[in-house]
Amino acid sequence: MNIITAKDVNFYYGDFHAIKGVSIEIEKNTVTAFIGPSGCGKSTFLRLINRMNDLIDGSRLTGEITVEGENIYRKGINVDMLRAKVGMVFQKPNPFPKSIFENVAYGLRIAGVRDRVYIEETVENSLRGAALWDEVKDKLKKSAFELSGGQQQRLCIARALAVKPRIILMDEPASALDPLSTSKIEDLIYSLKNDYTIVIVTHNMQQAARVSDKTAFFYLGELIEYDDTRKMFTKPQKEATQNYITGRFG
Amino acid sequence: MTRKQKTEVAVFWSFRLMAAAVVGILAWILGFLIIKGAGVVSWEFFTEMPSDGMTSGGILSAIVGTLCLTVGSIIFAFPIGVMSGIYTTEYAPNNFVVKFIRVMTNNLSGIPSIIFGLFGMTLFVNTLGFGDSILAGSLTLGLLALPIVIRTTEEALKAIPDMYRNGSRALGATKLQTIRKVILPMAMPNIVTGLILAVGRVSGETAPILFTVAAYFLPSLPTSIFDQVMALPYHLYVLATSGTDLEASRPMAYGTALVLIIIVLIINISATLLRGYFGKKLK
Repeated sequence: MNIITAKDVNFYYGDFHAIKGVSIEIEKNTVTAFIGPSGCGKSTFLRLINRMNDLIDGSRLTGEITVEGENIYRKGINVDMLRAKVGMVFQKPNPFPKSIFENVAYGLRIAGVRDRVYIEETVENSLRGAALWDEVKDKLKKSAFELSGGQQQRLCIARALAVKPRIILMDEPASALDPLSTSKIEDLIYSLKNDYTIVIVTHNMQQAARVSDKTAFFYLGELIEYDDTRKMFTKPQKEATQNYITGRFG
Repeated sequence: MTRKQKTEVAVFWSFRLMAAAVVGILAWILGFLIIKGAGVVSWEFFTEMPSDGMTSGGILSAIVGTLCLTVGSIIFAFPIGVMSGIYTTEYAPNNFVVKFIRVMTNNLSGIPSIIFGLFGMTLFVNTLGFGDSILAGSLTLGLLALPIVIRTTEEALKAIPDMYRNGSRALGATKLQTIRKVILPMAMPNIVTGLILAVGRVSGETAPILFTVAAYFLPSLPTSIFDQVMALPYHLYVLATSGTDLEASRPMAYGTALVLIIIVLIINISATLLRGYFGKKLK
């Protein structure tokens, strides 16, 4: 079943045509990797799925993107509800200057949840889900800034999990981390796909090959090729894909 | 030494000298005031009303008056200043109107304080009919503090990286929730510092209170916001230029100056301490 579909999506920053006629269907409970050289539009397209690009002045979209069958760009949609359903993890870990506990509880509190027991349970489950619980269970009251970069990134994933999203978008989530933290994040992504649909932007070919079921190659704002990851990395159909994957440009 | 090294040494010594000169001037002023004014500063100086044509007694009514005006001006300037700062940085699109507001805010802070005094007299004292009162004086001083508060709020908010805003919005938080729960707490140390510096500035102003609140001589404490009060800077002006016996009131003038400068110093030091406190609470 497709959880995300995009039909002929064009997106502009002012006069700049950043996304050119992209159509894609993403299946539920899969990991999809977006790859491509810098500036190819992969991150921009990712941020269209939770409407984060709305925060940029002078941006414009044509075409249609649906999440669970609902057109997320139709008039009158509650964008804040959409973002609770489509979580996001950013390139640089960005925990809030609050305690570890409060970071994870943040999404619940802003949603108006008051039930303390429920909040405590959800925080624990989310931290377990992000493979961080054992490392932080004794210091939940400590500042999130005391954690290492890799732990902070897993905290951000736990924070996203706490609001029970259906989809998690990850924008180069491991690019600011050391190799050990990176492999922990990759293991985590693999385990998360049982419950969530994950879309990850990455610059790292091996990472895309390791974690994803499907891979989409973007170039100059267009979706060049989209197929099973194994096929993309062994027998790409387009020459541009082949060149990029083998490191001939990008 | 090569020529390059010599230049290096000479330049750094001149920088060092300039920095030392700044401290030196401050120390000079303080020392001057302490030598001339410390003699009259006693417990009674703080707790008694001026007496004998302001040549003896204390300055209690002026201290209380200045405190009332300072607190009053914060009550006006803080919410208005912080809210406009939030609006221009977080909400308003970056267009002509906002740029215009910003230029005007800067101009506002460049207006000589006597003009604020005249404006306050026209608007608050006469048109709105508050009379010479704490209310009129506080509003006038509040206007003076406003651009400083707006400016520091804007700077404090701009210093928070967008990744925190995006992180919060991506979890489904509204703009207001993001500002209230993430951005403002992070910006608070800088906002409070700016506010306290504004207060330090306001508490030493004479011109804005001249026509709006300050009393020449009023040996009683205010009972409502519609009362007139004495204030330290104006009291100092009176003692130095238009007292009943200038020679006799000169020591009192130095004592008043010393108290005023100590209050401003205390305000500035507490800004530093508060900033540290808020900063620690964040981590």
